[in-house]
Amino acid sequence: MSATTLPAPFAPTIFSPELAARFDKLVTLYPVRRSALVPMLLYAQDEIGYLSDSAIAEIAQRIGITELDVRNVLSYYSMLRTKPAGKFNVQVCTNISCMLRGGRELLEHCERRLGIGHKQVTPDGVFSLEEVECIGACSWAPAVQVNYDFHDNLTPEAMDAVLESYRAKANE
Amino acid sequence: MADVTFTVDGRQLTAPAGTLVIEACRAAGIEIPAFCYYPGLSLQAACRMCLVRIEKMPKLQTACTTPVGEGMVIATETDEIKQARKSMLELLLANHPLDCPVCDAGGECELQDMTFKYGAGGSKFTDIKNHRDEQQWSPVVFFDRPRCILCYRCVRVCNEGMDVAALGIQFRNSGAVIAPNDITSLDCEQCGMCIDLCPVGALTSDTYRYKTRPWELTHVGTICTHCGDGCKTTLGARREENGMQIVRGDNRDKSGMNGDFLCVKGRYAFDFANNPERLTQPLVRQPDGKLAPARWEDAIALVARRFREIREERGGAAMGVIGSTRITNEEAYLLQKFARGPLQTANIDHHRTTDYPGFVKALGGETAHFGSIADALTAPAILLVGGDPTEEHPLLAWNLRTNFRHNGSRIYIANHRAIKLEHQAKATLRISYGGYADLVRSLAASDDASLPAETAHFRDALRAEQNLLIVFGAELRGDAIAPLIQFGLSLPAAKFACLGDFANSRGAMDMGLHPAFTPGYQAVSTVGLSLPQMMDAAGRNELAALYVVGDDPVGRLGLAPESLRNTFLVVQDMFLTATAQVADVVLPSASLYEKSGTVTNTYGDLQPVKKAADTTGVRSDLELIIRIADQMGEDIRALVPFGRGERGDMGQSRGVQSGEADRHAVWLAAHNLEPKLSPFDPDALLDEIQRLVPGYDVDRFALMAGEPQPVRVAAGSNFPVSTGSESIQPANDTLFTSGTLGQYSEKLTEVNRFQAEKTLVAAG
Repeated sequence: MSATTLPAPFAPTIFSPELAARFDKLVTLYPVRRSALVPMLLYAQDEIGYLSDSAIAEIAQRIGITELDVRNVLSYYSMLRTKPAGKFNVQVCTNISCMLRGGRELLEHCERRLGIGHKQVTPDGVFSLEEVECIGACSWAPAVQVNYDFHDNLTPEAMDAVLESYRAKANE
Repeated sequence: MADVTFTVDGRQLTAPAGTLVIEACRAAGIEIPAFCYYPGLSLQAACRMCLVRIEKMPKLQTACTTPVGEGMVIATETDEIKQARKSMLELLLANHPLDCPVCDAGGECELQDMTFKYGAGGSKFTDIKNHRDEQQWSPVVFFDRPRCILCYRCVRVCNEGMDVAALGIQFRNSGAVIAPNDITSLDCEQCGMCIDLCPVGALTSDTYRYKTRPWELTHVGTICTHCGDGCKTTLGARREENGMQIVRGDNRDKSGMNGDFLCVKGRYAFDFANNPERLTQPLVRQPDGKLAPARWEDAIALVARRFREIREERGGAAMGVIGSTRITNEEAYLLQKFARGPLQTANIDHHRTTDYPGFVKALGGETAHFGSIADALTAPAILLVGGDPTEEHPLLAWNLRTNFRHNGSRIYIANHRAIKLEHQAKATLRISYGGYADLVRSLAASDDASLPAETAHFRDALRAEQNLLIVFGAELRGDAIAPLIQFGLSLPAAKFACLGDFANSRGAMDMGLHPAFTPGYQAVSTVGLSLPQMMDAAGRNELAALYVVGDDPVGRLGLAPESLRNTFLVVQDMFLTATAQVADVVLPSASLYEKSGTVTNTYGDLQPVKKAADTTGVRSDLELIIRIADQMGEDIRALVPFGRGERGDMGQSRGVQSGEADRHAVWLAAHNLEPKLSPFDPDALLDEIQRLVPGYDVDRFALMAGEPQPVRVAAGSNFPVSTGSESIQPANDTLFTSGTLGQYSEKLTEVNRFQAEKTLVAAG
């Protein structure tokens, strides 16, 4: 049941050669291999879009821990996901500052506009929507994070423009 | 460590430095409540129930993680602390359903007890409780998420105690949830320790859930009937139409040498006793060749008449007796006495799974070197030669893991296959299946330059040990045992243990169910036939009668049923086994859970067995042997010493004859024991075993108090050259099988199938 620690380079891998090489190095950087877990999960998600069963299995093997150990950690962090998100993951903050300045309304607006709810994906796979806790942009509330980009001081109208710009990107 | 003095609730206490406040208080009779703290497991400090006030510390402190210090002043029950505990309970109850009346843990729930004590009866929470549906994780484990209080006991016992790590914790805050390793199910050893340790009703077992209330059960502590480790199990039985039925097995009171540990078999595989296929009336072969139910009187009279006739016509040499590895010592002792006495035969044997005679012979008179299962918990170093404790001796594996975890013991493993205990091993030596004899010879021999470097390294590390517990499996037999013993005895201190397979394999051998030995390994002058030889003799029509008590040689050895066609075959068993199907008379017998007596585990720990259950229509093997002997016209007093004795020594006899009148009565008086009133009282035979069987003169009162007594058998001077190791047949059981008995346990069969599918899936 316990996974064995495999020496780098690890093969065969489900990741791109660049990421695989990065992982090979990453596990050697810390006093214990386990410390590489969270960065590996993030990079894997960036590449694949979510943490698939095979990604979890490979990361567990690379570190030498069980898949259960990996799931224990990844389920703790809300930004790590085990199901595919849309190409653009719209994360609307409804924490206190944003809520006071219309975050809830912004979320409801997005739900209507995209036709999906919390943690859902549009049928074309372009957008997914998430209600999130504080993203650290309180000074410019209400704020929305799309993938790694921030959009702040939003109103429903401004939000429409943001969504349109991403739709245009998707059609490129 | 040096002692420190501190004050708890105004009482001055002393404890060794480093002792945790919670333990120091418990030792002094001051109870500090805790959910997550569990002795023997790592510290968690998750539940905050053990908060105490320690002077000069700013906040309430967790007693489970704070070691006592010199001059510490601790308060454990102030209003402040009570309020803190009450608040913790209120938080725990925020999502905990209040379905105590239908909860399995109702009446034995730690959360219930604490709420009762600290009275968090009201709640400030008005939100709807989080609910998730109950999940089944395996044939035995169910998980009811809302009841979980996240104490992590299950996670830790699985990780640390079992070294399985099948449980984890996922998500966070009020959404945190215990999760199994196979997404929605458990791929593990199915031991049920998680269920046992769960302080609430979150983890429940399929065998017990929603069947009864705990206070409706009678609880009896007895010894598990499965493997040779001899775990104490507390069986909860309930009155049913057909007797007292077992509905639960655990060892929650931690009495006995296994503490709270039980494996899947001890915890769930008692259900063979409730199997509807149990025989409940005697069966006699009719003229039409079919077995038909018969009256007890008729069946026993028939057996007695035919035994007598065959003895008179063909002599004892044409008769054979096969005993069991799951009957009590008293029954085994009586059976060999019955064979060698009334039946006048030396043909007696049982299913031998390891070479105890070879072990006793190799150890010679060095009886101080017999190990016990308790040694596995404390020995600084252990050598394991062969065997796979995780599968075959779960308690031994548990003890070795615990010892490694708590004391950092050094475990050396020599095996022909990879075994799970290697995770804890300091050194592992892989040898070929046929390489055991060579290995132990190389341990004992003087330095041999031709030895492979790995073996030499392994040997040198072992030779440097000062105090070694040596445990060996059935791979080592006959003359191959002696070099290992010789090596061990060359160390400053060593103990030995020999691994056999069933609940009373050791007892069956010690009690002389062997063609070459009477009880206590006393060699007989005329060696009888071994079990395989008896079966061969039957095939040649040379065995006129065969009396099989609790074994299934036909099914186990895959014999052709016709080979017993011309043998008068009597079978005492719980089930219509392959052997019973070809018997002339089948007598339904009681299981080990349905009788009293003693058993000896494979390490030589003698323990009492107590009757916990009952199935209407069955009788103990002890009673059946006596009734057959009685019907044969034998003197029962010669078989079982009961009553006051006809020639009691009243103290008048003098000289050399003093005490000769009735040695047993004199012995009883000298040991402060009462004569037993009934031949069916197994204690009457235990008296005789204690008096006559070498090594069995144990502390009787400690034994009856439930303290395992070490049996120390010294080899007699006339020990035969061969110990008959060729007819040894290890059971090769896994965690989920139990010899010929396992198939009758529905739960064990189900778990076995479940785990086999898991293995198949894992193998792709």
